[in-house]
Amino acid sequence: MISHALTRLTPEMVAEIEALAPRYPDRRALVLPALHIVNKALRHVPLDAVVDVAKVLGLPPAEVQDTLTFYQFFHQKKPHGTVRAFVCRSVSCALRGGEELLEKLCSQYGIQPYGTTDDGSLTIEPAECLGACDFAPCVLANDDLLKNLDPAAAAAAIEAVKVRADSRRGAGSPTAATQTREGA
Amino acid sequence: MPPFEPVLLEAVGTPESHTLESYRSRGGYAPFETLLAEKQPTEVIELVKSAGLRGRGGAGFPTGVKWGFLPKDHPGPIYLCVNADESEPGTFNNRILMEDDPHQVIEGTMISSYATRATTAYIYLRYEYPHAWDRLQAAIDEASAAGLLGDNIKGSGFSLNIYLHRGAAAYICGEETGLIESIEGKRAWPRIKPPFPAIEGVFRKPTVVNNIETMACVAQIARRGPDWFRSIGVPADPENPRDPGSYGPKLYCLSGHVEKPGCYEAPLGITLRELINDYGGGVWKGRKAKAAIPGGISMGLMTEAEFDTPLDFKGPGTVGCMGLGTAAVVVIDETVSIVDFLHNSCRFFAHESCGQCTPCREGTSWNLRILERIRAGKGRLKDLEILLENGNTMGMMPGSTICGLADGAAWPIKNAINKFRDEFEDYIKRTNPEGWMVTDPVPALQIVGAH
Ligand SMILES: Cc1cc2nc3c(=O)[nH]c(=O)nc-3n(C[C@H](O)[C@H](O)[C@H](O)COP(=O)(O)O)c2cc1C
Ligand code: SF4
Ligand code: FES
Repeated sequence: MISHALTRLTPEMVAEIEALAPRYPDRRALVLPALHIVNKALRHVPLDAVVDVAKVLGLPPAEVQDTLTFYQFFHQKKPHGTVRAFVCRSVSCALRGGEELLEKLCSQYGIQPYGTTDDGSLTIEPAECLGACDFAPCVLANDDLLKNLDPAAAAAAIEAVKVRADSRRGAGSPTAATQTREGA
Repeated sequence: MPPFEPVLLEAVGTPESHTLESYRSRGGYAPFETLLAEKQPTEVIELVKSAGLRGRGGAGFPTGVKWGFLPKDHPGPIYLCVNADESEPGTFNNRILMEDDPHQVIEGTMISSYATRATTAYIYLRYEYPHAWDRLQAAIDEASAAGLLGDNIKGSGFSLNIYLHRGAAAYICGEETGLIESIEGKRAWPRIKPPFPAIEGVFRKPTVVNNIETMACVAQIARRGPDWFRSIGVPADPENPRDPGSYGPKLYCLSGHVEKPGCYEAPLGITLRELINDYGGGVWKGRKAKAAIPGGISMGLMTEAEFDTPLDFKGPGTVGCMGLGTAAVVVIDETVSIVDFLHNSCRFFAHESCGQCTPCREGTSWNLRILERIRAGKGRLKDLEILLENGNTMGMMPGSTICGLADGAAWPIKNAINKFRDEFEDYIKRTNPEGWMVTDPVPALQIVGAH
């Protein structure tokens, strides 16, 4: 299980970051890959981890934090749910019911957009075009693209992703989970 | 319309299309090996120039010409950044290329790297494409194992590594200098140009930024030759020496209110109406179309009466749109309110403005707040003038911003209001019978956050 109390870099995370270092002539280029590695493991990037990343990369922590805050993608105060669902609200999805889908999902799960359920199993975030307009309206839930969703079927599709996320978490250590996609 | 055999999409939908074996069986990588053995990099640049390929990322800049801007005899390193950030609403052709035929993209990247003498290529991939990530990484691994990547490839003396780099859900990372800053580990704040990336790009070294579809075109030009490429599309206007023409096949993304949304390959110059009817199965539910986005939301809006416009690099401009953009067509049927459409567009740009330039940061947020007020039944006719004034003054073209995001934010406003003014006025008068004529300043709504 991934511990929520974990707010710092583990040696495994540092090793994963270092493995990418030869790809770039400048260690600062490792900032985004490092933030992704931390985020994948902790589902957020707390300030302690920012300080650690900065130390590993030899940068002032403020520079790492500066980059992080630009990408609203990285949560900092608390982890996002084990499933993070991005609900597209851009034009092609909106034309086919994307906005209603977002509303319906939020009310079904009793949360506001960007909110997380009390059990920590799901975060719902509005997203701009997911590059899957041929399947509008669509949702990206973890690594699964949920296509042509009608509001009635959407929750069931998300529940299926939850089950997969649970079985994956049960299967390995937190670092194993971070290594499924190199450099991610 | 004569049937057109897809080339860039030839393998899509065939079994195992993403594997090296499948790609080899279609003649893949042989062109790269031949060019590597027989041609100098400058000859490859000439090859691409003579094909008349223009970049598929949005601006349509001639690819060979862009490569020619790199300094001669530079000691290196030179970098190639392949733009796979694909975030323009309506656009998804890069995703299909990467997922279903990643080797085509990788071969194009190899050939382009060889031509530009780049020894490192970064593919900047948006976060939202996890499946494309896996497919590309697997293709890179297969190509490396086959000796097509790495040091001294096939004994040619040419070395190349291709690395994937992940974005984090920000549209502005698709702008070439925003992308460069993002790779460097910073906020994706576009740079003031010049210097152009060809002179000073990533890590302050000469850099070429090209789109994924451009890479696929390069691979096909190497395989089928420049004459094949020039035989497709719309030739250059002989009366206009500055017109580079619109050559080659194009991946049109069709979505919104059509029966069969999808990515369709057709010669440049197909009309919007042909695309909807011949490929998209017509407007959905037998309805009538009201309007369409011609090439991603930044390009503006065409009315139904303008649907016979050819979708080549010149066409959309003739009806007041910004350009062909990404050739992503989004059809809007007659039941949709243009006010709602514009609200959606303004919300997107207010969210995605990077916040560096005041006209863009404040302008996009202001536009959104006006649209929210109009939709809340508090609109005034004067708001249309304010929106147009904002639209006409924010952007690179009026010279008030660093990058083109602001022009893209302005275009849907200008097109929507100029082409559908009656609908806006009716809406405002109907929803705000007491106050539509008021011209006094109104209290501002809360500012909407930018990146
Ligand atoms: C706001 C903005 C967003 C952009 N997004 C993308 C993108 O997602 N993908 C892309 O290839 N080009 C995008 N571009 C265009 C790039 O700046 C650049 O022109 C292009 O990648 C060059 O590739 P090409 O020559 O192959 O067309 C964007 C431009 C702007 C102004
Ligand atoms: S125009 Fe907008 S997006 Fe582009 S640099 Fe300026 S503020 Fe950023
Ligand atoms: S608009 Fe929703 S995926 Fe493109």
